[in-house]
Amino acid sequence: MKPAVTIVDEPLAETVLVVPGMHCAGCIARIERGLEALSAVARARVNLSARQVRVAHHPALAVPDLVSALEAIGFASQPRAGEPGPQASAVKPLLAPLAVAGFAAMNVMLMSVSIWSGADGATRALFHWVSALIGVPAIAYAGRPFFTSAWAVLRRWQSNMDVPISIGIVLATALSLYETATGGRTAWFDGTLMLLLFLLAGRTLDAMMRDRARAGVDGLLRQAAPGAMVLTGAGALEWTAARDLSPGMLMRVAVGERLAADGRIVTGETSLDQSLLTGESAPVAAAAGDSVHAGTLNLDAPVDVRVTAAGQDTSLAEIARLMDAVGQSRSAYVRIADRASRLYAPAVHTLALASFLGWMLTGAGFHQSAVIAIAVLIITCPCAIGLAVPVAQVVACGALMRAGVMVKDGSALERLARIDRALIDKTGSLTLGRPTPEPAALAALTAEEAAVALALASHSSHPLSRALTHALAAVQAMPAAVEDVAEIPGFGLRGCWRGIAVALRRPQHAATSAVALDIAGRPARLIAFTDRLRPDCADALGELAGMGVPCSILSGDNARAVAEVARATGLTGQASASPRDKADAIARLQNGGYTVLMVGDGLNDGPALAAADASIAPGSASDVGRQAADIVFLGDSLIALPRAIRAARRTMRVVRQNFALAIGYNVLAVPLAILGYVTPLIAAVAMATSSILVIANSLRLGRAAR
Amino acid sequence: MTSLAMLMPIALFMGLCSLGTFFWALRGGQFEDLEGAANRILIDDEQDDTP
Repeated sequence: MKPAVTIVDEPLAETVLVVPGMHCAGCIARIERGLEALSAVARARVNLSARQVRVAHHPALAVPDLVSALEAIGFASQPRAGEPGPQASAVKPLLAPLAVAGFAAMNVMLMSVSIWSGADGATRALFHWVSALIGVPAIAYAGRPFFTSAWAVLRRWQSNMDVPISIGIVLATALSLYETATGGRTAWFDGTLMLLLFLLAGRTLDAMMRDRARAGVDGLLRQAAPGAMVLTGAGALEWTAARDLSPGMLMRVAVGERLAADGRIVTGETSLDQSLLTGESAPVAAAAGDSVHAGTLNLDAPVDVRVTAAGQDTSLAEIARLMDAVGQSRSAYVRIADRASRLYAPAVHTLALASFLGWMLTGAGFHQSAVIAIAVLIITCPCAIGLAVPVAQVVACGALMRAGVMVKDGSALERLARIDRALIDKTGSLTLGRPTPEPAALAALTAEEAAVALALASHSSHPLSRALTHALAAVQAMPAAVEDVAEIPGFGLRGCWRGIAVALRRPQHAATSAVALDIAGRPARLIAFTDRLRPDCADALGELAGMGVPCSILSGDNARAVAEVARATGLTGQASASPRDKADAIARLQNGGYTVLMVGDGLNDGPALAAADASIAPGSASDVGRQAADIVFLGDSLIALPRAIRAARRTMRVVRQNFALAIGYNVLAVPLAILGYVTPLIAAVAMATSSILVIANSLRLGRAAR
Repeated sequence: MTSLAMLMPIALFMGLCSLGTFFWALRGGQFEDLEGAANRILIDDEQDDTP
């Protein structure tokens, strides 16, 4: 135990940090103990499912101190943007109703079994009363998710799946109470509770799938800068959160940092990676007087930037607004369960009403007609239908997740299954989005040169150096003993090898990104870097074409770079597209009757990802890209695209089979119900059997992602 | 009939107890981080005391 913290006069501040790198018990222990070792930290509690740590600390402790403390023990982290409250889980509000429905259904079913096996007279009345005592409060509590949702749409004169469910439940409960009070032969508490239990189970599965995928996607590191070091009037540096930045402030941006606001460079000269905004991979040189944008990465040297726009006024925020505007069309999509209920509910209600009127006309009396009408309602109530969609989608999403494809929402699978056209961004989607040294240039190096290059490159965190280190290590080069290595901003790395001066530097003239290796007394070696196509690119595009999904390229990069990739992949392409152009291109195709899939990663793809009927982003995508996409795939291989579409189509086939099974099975029992032969026993058996059939059929999707 | 009058309240009471326990666990935040809870048992608490 560490000594109690002596700060009692001030309330503790709370910070939530996202730590994507934690995955085991050892990580939990290291993070919690590492943070609690700081004297200003009172408590640190890890939530592994959400990949977050909640820290209670002294208000004077700044966020960057926590981040650097975590970095010291080996974890990259970012403060979570937005309000500190936990993200609302869709599962939690359903757990309590599910437990209540399960408890009540079990107990009432026990009573019903004795009634079915012949309990009579006073015993039956007693059992009915006890069932009512358990059933009515349980139905009122566990049915709330359905009642509130049904009431919300009824007020706007619309209908969804919950309306027929609520009407059925309320009528069945009311009739059962009447039967119990008048000492009748049958009560339907058991069937009603079982219906609620199955429906709640389906809904909980649906919510669980959404929660799990969302936690996975949120856990990946965010790219927008949370704040900046600001030079105050007194000349001191002070960390300021992004939302507190205002125009006129002077921020100092270190190498490897992202800009937190738009601005103009005051002093310094550097090159910037703007791929987040433009999708263009090559670094752009920037000097004093140039304007720079939030979200760009500073590569070469520290610069001072005068803020011109912050918060909601940056070009980053502008793209976010554009995404909101174009995302409206997707929210108009009606899920298949709701479409089915629009057809199914009027049919069921007409049938029940018709049997009521029919029996009244034959002179059966009000009471008997009402009992028969309720029996029809219960038999046809969409119990297995409530399971038909979520179970299939949960099983398919589980299979996809094991294959490295995370689906955020069940409706994404429905939309993905209807895709017949795909647009793919170039940088980061078709290609890896990171520079890799050309294999020919590496092969041309002698073993000694490779050893020197590796030794120099391993000293720097510049993207080109890191890529070179990685590539050389992959061909089993051993680092040479280079001494006195120094990194000079804007130049490169310099060192001393066997008494000879060596350097790994920016070349004077190069069309593409490259580094030059200097060894005194030998000719300089130029190592060019290119952005390679993702592995399996040709196979994946071929499979997509075979599935009836023609692809083309939609890129913000220049025409020359796009033409090169278009030649390599055999696709047509549109170059120099702005974020708005991309969204427009999708709208044009949609107007032409296509259902469009967008594959993209950058911030500049955000509006297009939101506008498309379905969207997929690679796991290496920007924060915005991952948020806007329905589906995120991990790993480098592009084969995830045809795999996801194939799994989605299979899922929809199984969902349709499930509907046929559920409705077909209930249709068999409907004539019995209309003729007045259905007892609660038959209703219970019909409901359970059709549900089990639907679940068994859905489990076949366990191998859907193959 | 008398045994029934005894057994039914007992069964219901026990069922309600388990339901109450579940609600207590739900409210206490035990379902907040299922993955973390599964991993926490592996953390070696004695580590600080070992020489």
